[in-house]
Amino acid sequence: MSDQNPSVGGDGAVLPVLSLDDVHVRYGGSHILQGVSFDVPATGVTALLGRNGVGKTTTLRSIIGLAPRTGRILLQGREIQGLTTARIVRGGIGYVPEDREVFGGLTVDENLRLVDPVRGVDADVVARLFPDLVPRRAQRAGTLSGGQQQMVALARVLLRENALLLVDEPTKGLAPKLVTEVADVLAEVARTTPVLLVEQNLPLVRRIADRVVVLDAGTVVHRGAAADLVADADLTRELLGVSMRREGAA
Amino acid sequence: MSDLVLLLVTGLGLGALYFIAASGLSLIYGLMGVLNFAHGVFMTAGSYAAWLTMGALPAAWPVAGRLGVGVVAAIALGAVVGLVVEVVLIRPLYRHHIQQVLVTVGLSLAGVAAAQGIWGADPRPVDKPVWMSGTTEVLGARLPNDRFVYLLVALALFGGLLALLHLTRLGLVIRAGVENRTMVEALGINVHRTFTIVFALGGAAAGLAGVLYSQYAGAVSPAQGGSLLIFAFIVVVIGGMGSLTGTAVAAVVVGLVQQLANYYAASGVGDLSVVLLLALVLLLRPTSLKGATA
Repeated sequence: MSDQNPSVGGDGAVLPVLSLDDVHVRYGGSHILQGVSFDVPATGVTALLGRNGVGKTTTLRSIIGLAPRTGRILLQGREIQGLTTARIVRGGIGYVPEDREVFGGLTVDENLRLVDPVRGVDADVVARLFPDLVPRRAQRAGTLSGGQQQMVALARVLLRENALLLVDEPTKGLAPKLVTEVADVLAEVARTTPVLLVEQNLPLVRRIADRVVVLDAGTVVHRGAAADLVADADLTRELLGVSMRREGAA
Repeated sequence: MSDLVLLLVTGLGLGALYFIAASGLSLIYGLMGVLNFAHGVFMTAGSYAAWLTMGALPAAWPVAGRLGVGVVAAIALGAVVGLVVEVVLIRPLYRHHIQQVLVTVGLSLAGVAAAQGIWGADPRPVDKPVWMSGTTEVLGARLPNDRFVYLLVALALFGGLLALLHLTRLGLVIRAGVENRTMVEALGINVHRTFTIVFALGGAAAGLAGVLYSQYAGAVSPAQGGSLLIFAFIVVVIGGMGSLTGTAVAAVVVGLVQQLANYYAASGVGDLSVVLLLALVLLLRPTSLKGATA
């Protein structure tokens, strides 16, 4: 994890760690992102919300170059839209994809050594945040439970210094107890590294997110404090089509 | 009994050649998704490199020594050709599979035509070490010595590739890339560099296969690589694209089936049997086409 100071502009103002400016993504004949613009502050958790299919995952994939995009993307003030995915990631963005995408044929330790060839599962951050993985170091990741696979996916990116973490629906399909564990880990991580989080679980958003950006039909329709959004039942229903009263606890 | 021993050993020797030819093909497809129809040209390049090298060395040298140097030349040229083809022709076409096929087929045709233009279409005899031309009696069967060489080389290559895959960082990246190369890149790993290395490795293995196949055939010819490539593709498909162990098992099975069918049915039935085996595997286990863990 990173202890880097956030970027500071010439006037002393804190710059966002990430800025998207008029980002478009087209797949075939579909115009998925239609001019998305927002900033991610250099601290805390920014939640990217919206109904299914509005472009949340595509936004994350466009940031690290996994989706073909146009527009400007700045990481700590530097343009990254022309870089390869590997260079963007090495430049300081950790990416935890939807559905974890661990390498099922590799062991837990091998999954981690892809990022940290020297320490792997022996890294301090693994023992501190994911102790359950240590005794499973030689187990194939494909045989782990969904929650354990999520821990591998998170641990994998935390082995590197990151300026920003992109985390896509980390609690999808997990049991309530595991949702709480993942939330605890993200809250801990966010103390030192800003996180852009795609999440459907509103109680979890209320618990760990500082700010929200809401997408609809490929555009940003709302930005603001997370507490304000989740406290406003009408706005939540209007933007996300859900009611907080029906959501389970994180 | 002696007939069966002879058939088994010669079948294993043939399977060993198929494995050497198919191993690079399997790794390249498994990691990169590239169906490399130019692999036969890599083999032809290797066989001609060895033939030319052996011819350029002093005739006073023992044939085995000249063949050893020829093998090194074949491996080196195969690696260089693989590297250049990946960088110049394949890299600009990642994710464009039809164009990749067209380019590699075109390169295959051009390579054969170039070899024919330079050295002619007729097979050119190659020198073979005396020991490899001889036989050894085992259980009453007189076994050709060269088959033992092919088997030993294939075993060494299999062991070396397994060690590479399981004991090195490059191997770890390859195994991860065979599963999900997009995610490998999303972890900050330059997967394109790995592609280049794997293509060069595949070219080196093809060069080795080319020179050994020319020893098996007793000659080099422009179309030699292409005919070996057909069986290499069959082996890779039966074994599971990208699975090194599957490739090894499939190579042994194909070599044995071909040899046994040729003997117990009729000459030429071996090739037909292999194609029928391929069809049977595809019908019963179509997932072998989808790739497996290296």
